[in-house]
Amino acid sequence: MLDKNGIAKRIAKELQDGYFVNLGIGIPTLVANYIPQGIEVEFQSENGVLGMGPFPFEGEEDADIINAGKQTITTMPGASFFDSATSFSMIRGKHVDLTILGAMEVSEEGDIANWKIPGKMVKGMGGAMDLVASAENIIVAMMHTNKAGASKLLKKCSLPLTGVGCVKKIVTNLAFLEVTDSGFKLLERAPGVSVEDIKNATEGNLIVEGDVPEMILD
Amino acid sequence: MIRKTVSNVTEALVGIKDDMTFMLGGFGLCGIPENSIKELVKSDIKGLTCISNNAGVDDFGLGLLLQKKQIKKMISSYVGENEEFERQMLSGELDVELIPQGTLAERCRAAQGGFPAFYTPAGYGTEVAEGKETREFNGKMYVLENAFEADFAFVKAWKGDEAGNLIFKGTARNFNPCMCGAAKITIAEVEELVPAGTLDPDQIHIPGIFVQRIFQGNQYEKRIEQRTVRKRG
Repeated sequence: MLDKNGIAKRIAKELQDGYFVNLGIGIPTLVANYIPQGIEVEFQSENGVLGMGPFPFEGEEDADIINAGKQTITTMPGASFFDSATSFSMIRGKHVDLTILGAMEVSEEGDIANWKIPGKMVKGMGGAMDLVASAENIIVAMMHTNKAGASKLLKKCSLPLTGVGCVKKIVTNLAFLEVTDSGFKLLERAPGVSVEDIKNATEGNLIVEGDVPEMILD
Repeated sequence: MIRKTVSNVTEALVGIKDDMTFMLGGFGLCGIPENSIKELVKSDIKGLTCISNNAGVDDFGLGLLLQKKQIKKMISSYVGENEEFERQMLSGELDVELIPQGTLAERCRAAQGGFPAFYTPAGYGTEVAEGKETREFNGKMYVLENAFEADFAFVKAWKGDEAGNLIFKGTARNFNPCMCGAAKITIAEVEELVPAGTLDPDQIHIPGIFVQRIFQGNQYEKRIEQRTVRKRG
């Protein structure tokens, strides 16, 4: 089974040289720590920076340079700043190659719910609806089940949707899956996890073809 | 040269009234029009509709207007980090319309650029699209969204000149340029106001035609919401 860093590590292997990538808050942020050697990627933050770097050294924080999580950051050589409309032109115009974000639920048709739990305080969707509606390449990073043990990979989402038919790939603590026309296709098992474990934790249709390999993380 | 300078924030805010709709730039607390917000708090005007990506924190930014119950409605994309906001929203005192962040930016830009509406894929198939016209283009579904209509836009830039030309710094740019010229009157506050001819015309982010009033803010606290650092070595 993977922890949060393991999920980030597996997703990082999907990065390709030359990709512009938007990372959501939470596990997706950790992906930046595991960029494979020998490739160049640039991180976009939707509040208006391309070429985001690591956190600043203590004492070098600049209130005018933050990411979409409102954290102080630095920029890499070649970075640029821009306004919010331009930022979402990059996103809606499909100039950003990969979007990695968290989810509360994903359906076997690729619907995603990650912004609202009815009856609880609603903080808003931020840029998530624009991102999922536009990106052609979306990877969801999440736990396979919720705290109560219920599956988050469903036939139909029960929570209000963020977007429909948009998720392509999912990496959970148990598996790497692809959303296909007929359901969740199991691509890889997390270390030490059996196909049976994954079946038991998946409410939506799970497609298992032949021997499913175990993930290679390093 | 058409001069846009006003002597101070009080003069900048002439004409604000109860029940108006305001646009306010900023992302979180980054690049917010601090001086205008403080003056709005002093003014005691109320019944405001505020278009702003976020709603500040309890004791800074738009949170200050919320504390005094001057805001009737917020149109935002994300409103966490604010207990008074949450209390007013749950009790029904405050009306909140949550919209996708890119849609918020584009509804400003549409108003600025003279488009009445536009189609966006954001929110299709979700509650955001309920009651709105949808349409298919090249096999994909889109939602029709309207340009905003606002009385005043309050923006903050790094440098500006007497002609109202603006230059922004870092991610403090965010929604500020999109809101310039998107309301009937745009009020820009800057950290440094310089004479016309000082700024290189090639480096201007927003031409002065989109700005009606400009002043240099008295003070900028520039509060950091999430101070994140790494250790040296």
